[in-house]
Amino acid sequence: MRSTFRHGVHPPDSKALTAAVPLRRMPYAAEVVLPLRQHAGKPARPVVRVGDRVQRGDVLAEADGFVSSPVHASAAGVVKAIGLWPHPDGTLSDAIRIAVDPFNPQIPRPRMVPDWNGLTPPEVVKAVQDAGVVGLGGAAFPTHVKLAPPKDIHLESLIVNGAECEPYLTTDHRTMVEYPERVHFGVRIMMRALGVKRAVIGVERNKPDAIERLRATLPPDLDVIILPLTVKYPQGAEKMLIHAVTGREVPSGKLPMNVGVVVQNVGSIATIAEVFETGLPLVERIVTVSGPGVRRPSNLIIPVGTKVRDILEFCGGVSADATEVVLGGPMMGTAQPNLDVPVTKGTTGVIVLTRRDTPRFETLPCIRCGSCLEACPVFLNPSMLGLHAQAGRYEEMESMHLADCMLCGACSYVCPSAIPLSQMFALSKTALKKARSKVVA
Amino acid sequence: MSTQTIRLELAASPHLKSPDTTPRIMWTVLATLVPVVLAALYFFGLGALLVIAASTAGALALEGWLGKARSVRDGSAAITGVLLGLTLPAGFPLWMAFIGGAFAIGFGKLIFGGLGQNVFNPALLGRAFLQAAFPTAITTWPKVAQGWTTVYASNFAWPFMHPTDTITAATPLGMMKFEHTGTAAWPLMVGSTGGSLGETAGLVILLCGAYLAWKGYLNWRIPVAVLGTAALFATALHLASPRYPDAVFMVFSGGLILGAVYMATDMVTSPVTPRGAWIFGAGVGVLVVLIRIWGGLPEGVMYAILIMNAFVPFINRGTQPRVFGTTRKKRVRGGKEATP
Amino acid sequence: MQTILIGVGILSGISAVLAIVISLCSIKLRVWEDPRIDEIVAMLPGANCGACGFPGCRGLAEQIVLRRAKPASCTVSSEDGRESIAAFLGIDAGEAQKRVARLLCAGGTDVAQRRVEYRGVESCAAALAVSGGGKACSWGCVGMADCAVACSFDAIYMSRTGLPLVDPDMCTACGDCVSACPQGLFTILPLEAHLLVQCKSLLEGVVATAACAVACNACGRCAADAEPGLITMQMGGRLPVIDYDLVHLESIEAIKRCPTGAIAWVEGAQFAGMDEPSARLGS
Repeated sequence: MRSTFRHGVHPPDSKALTAAVPLRRMPYAAEVVLPLRQHAGKPARPVVRVGDRVQRGDVLAEADGFVSSPVHASAAGVVKAIGLWPHPDGTLSDAIRIAVDPFNPQIPRPRMVPDWNGLTPPEVVKAVQDAGVVGLGGAAFPTHVKLAPPKDIHLESLIVNGAECEPYLTTDHRTMVEYPERVHFGVRIMMRALGVKRAVIGVERNKPDAIERLRATLPPDLDVIILPLTVKYPQGAEKMLIHAVTGREVPSGKLPMNVGVVVQNVGSIATIAEVFETGLPLVERIVTVSGPGVRRPSNLIIPVGTKVRDILEFCGGVSADATEVVLGGPMMGTAQPNLDVPVTKGTTGVIVLTRRDTPRFETLPCIRCGSCLEACPVFLNPSMLGLHAQAGRYEEMESMHLADCMLCGACSYVCPSAIPLSQMFALSKTALKKARSKVVA
Repeated sequence: MSTQTIRLELAASPHLKSPDTTPRIMWTVLATLVPVVLAALYFFGLGALLVIAASTAGALALEGWLGKARSVRDGSAAITGVLLGLTLPAGFPLWMAFIGGAFAIGFGKLIFGGLGQNVFNPALLGRAFLQAAFPTAITTWPKVAQGWTTVYASNFAWPFMHPTDTITAATPLGMMKFEHTGTAAWPLMVGSTGGSLGETAGLVILLCGAYLAWKGYLNWRIPVAVLGTAALFATALHLASPRYPDAVFMVFSGGLILGAVYMATDMVTSPVTPRGAWIFGAGVGVLVVLIRIWGGLPEGVMYAILIMNAFVPFINRGTQPRVFGTTRKKRVRGGKEATP
Repeated sequence: MQTILIGVGILSGISAVLAIVISLCSIKLRVWEDPRIDEIVAMLPGANCGACGFPGCRGLAEQIVLRRAKPASCTVSSEDGRESIAAFLGIDAGEAQKRVARLLCAGGTDVAQRRVEYRGVESCAAALAVSGGGKACSWGCVGMADCAVACSFDAIYMSRTGLPLVDPDMCTACGDCVSACPQGLFTILPLEAHLLVQCKSLLEGVVATAACAVACNACGRCAADAEPGLITMQMGGRLPVIDYDLVHLESIEAIKRCPTGAIAWVEGAQFAGMDEPSARLGS
């Protein structure tokens, strides 16, 4: 175990703002908005109609196929509308709006998720899908899909991603500190479902209290190693984490399964445990509200679908020089043009940055310093790729492994000439996809 | 402040940016040249300062005239000017230094399209031009340590007039080449020998370079490769026949250290890949020794670096990094992968 | 002397052999091509825009010679140019219908709400990829001139309100702007088609007009007022769509009761007289 990967960058982690702030529950807002697309895969299909009265945890929309995930009511109330609403990805997309009943005690129906004991692995997969559990680390890939690997795959171990390498974010940190038993219980469920004997929880060294709590609460019968990792971005990227833990490289274009491991975010693990423990589907998640522009940085347990505006007001509002509101971490998150967007299952943080944090650097010509090459965690040549992108030579970029770029932003972060490399690569990927769909059509 | 009145902005991720910008790097490099310039002032007197000022003025003047205003601000032209000045002798006529600085920027950089586009190190191109145009003036080195207020009459030679009456001192390399006499190690390291302004104070330059490498502003592989290769090569020759100078002399004489630390590492004209940097540096080291020992000139750093500059695109192509999750075997030349 | 003679002799020998080989090759490997193709290529504009649907001007010339296409397929040629090709081959020039690119958005910066300021790569596609860009409308023109840059005929320039204006005289209907626009706002229409729904917003009622003053609020009046079948409300009743096969039925009645001006009667240039070009791009 090498506890890190090669290359990478060291942005200031800025986690001190919230690292020691205990979790708090945010009260229900007047309205929650639940997009039908809160996960990677097909959007869910609504099963309620406007005017329907729903209880907390009721199914609002069901999964449409295997790679899809249902949406549950995160608060009791009345379905106010089903239609277009701003989505965290910047588009307008279909969402179910619920007017929250202010006098409802918000007590869910008892045990909507079956008891874990005695379930066969396929039943666990089904229960996890029905509970609407998706990856809570940001990408929101449906968790149950990872629990059901193809038959011909031999799995050796489960890797739990507690790296949380994005600056500012402390959701996984607080989960590990406050609910370590839940993490271990989730690991137990995952290991049983996957049929693996070993698990490793990777945690960056800047969270010593989390490492200590996990070690102190580890059940003796569980073969789990808690591995401290070097603090470096993007340590929490799936392939980097696997390399750090096993020393193996996931082959280009392949999945972690191909090297015998499954990676799951620590937040998702805790959520699996939580849904089996409480019997309530995924209706709330932990969100870090932080950044220099927030009055009261906090770690909050927030009903899914709560609007960013309500969250920021609850945290005391924003400072006068706030310029960017980012959902997710500041390295890969998306800036929001509209504060009425709701927090979805994949939202790890609400980060408010000020003018000082987002200075405008003039884009200068590339001076071929090679910083980007030494930053890129997948060993691409961003400097050359950037030149190709500017000239629109997308096929050339493809042959230089553009597909392996995960848009982590390390190259843009270090570029002394402030060339928006990562944005250019995202565009090139889109252009290639467009060109390819045209060829097929 | 309420969220109703917030004025939002939209930018692509990442939303954070490392504070190391190109101008900041350039100005830091310039700042680390101050001790080198001070050493030149100490050993060669005020005349040295005037020469450096003249070449820098030439570089800045042309950049300001033909280049963009922002490229004067980013400090790269100033670096070129100062580095060029450091490769000149102290008694060099100021008008020549000025023209050299202007040539370095004009033909070394702007003609290729400005910052980041040039193939050859501009300062060295400027020096190559001066060497071709004024071969006598550029090889007339005054004696060291005449007091720091020394100004040379030849500094103020009128344009197109031949400077006269300079007291010439041989450089260690010249003595080695033409008289087969060595120089003691300590004066070489400290810098109290004849030579160009920035050539002599080897230890000072190494310290400044170490600082830059620590800041991450220069690729440490290049100076290590250049000096290491030159030292190894020299040692091998010295062992074969004591006629050849030893490694200490090879490294600390002439402009090798200045070239290795400040010129070979010029980001624009050196390879971007780590492996490429090793190859590039080793190439410079070998060429320097070859030129010094078997070439017609006593010094070879300038041509060694310029020659290797020309190979940089090929080195970059041949040393593309192995992409994560792939094996090197599948790759064919030219940085493209064979389609499976 | 002898050396020189030997040298000259050897070189002459080599030259003679090579000359024979080349002559044989030129006879043996000859590919016959209709010489008229070259003549027609010379008469075509040489823009290789692909608007005719064939691969470049040469592609069209081959098809014209084979009588599979008419000279009128080339929308870039002038009337005279087409006639001269027709006369050269002794065929009918065919009927040329002047077509132009039309923008399905009227939301300049004066009428469309901006939510936030975007900074980053200067292109519509780039701005859109960052949370949908700065405009409040998710369907509207981003205004960063991807189309004007793509236009090889200098027919598109940006207005002061950030809308691309198409010069019908310069436009050859090549379709480059159609594929350049990341919002899919351009469409190629006959110049004689006058009715145009200049909005693609799927919002309805006041929500739509809050984002943009000239948005279609899906009231459906145009569909009711037009000749039956010409305009139908589609996309779940959220947007009127004109059936351009029935273009002979169109009348100005359809736009009279439009509350926002989203449907327009266009003659000649779109947004005519709205403002002067601020800058010509794409040249």
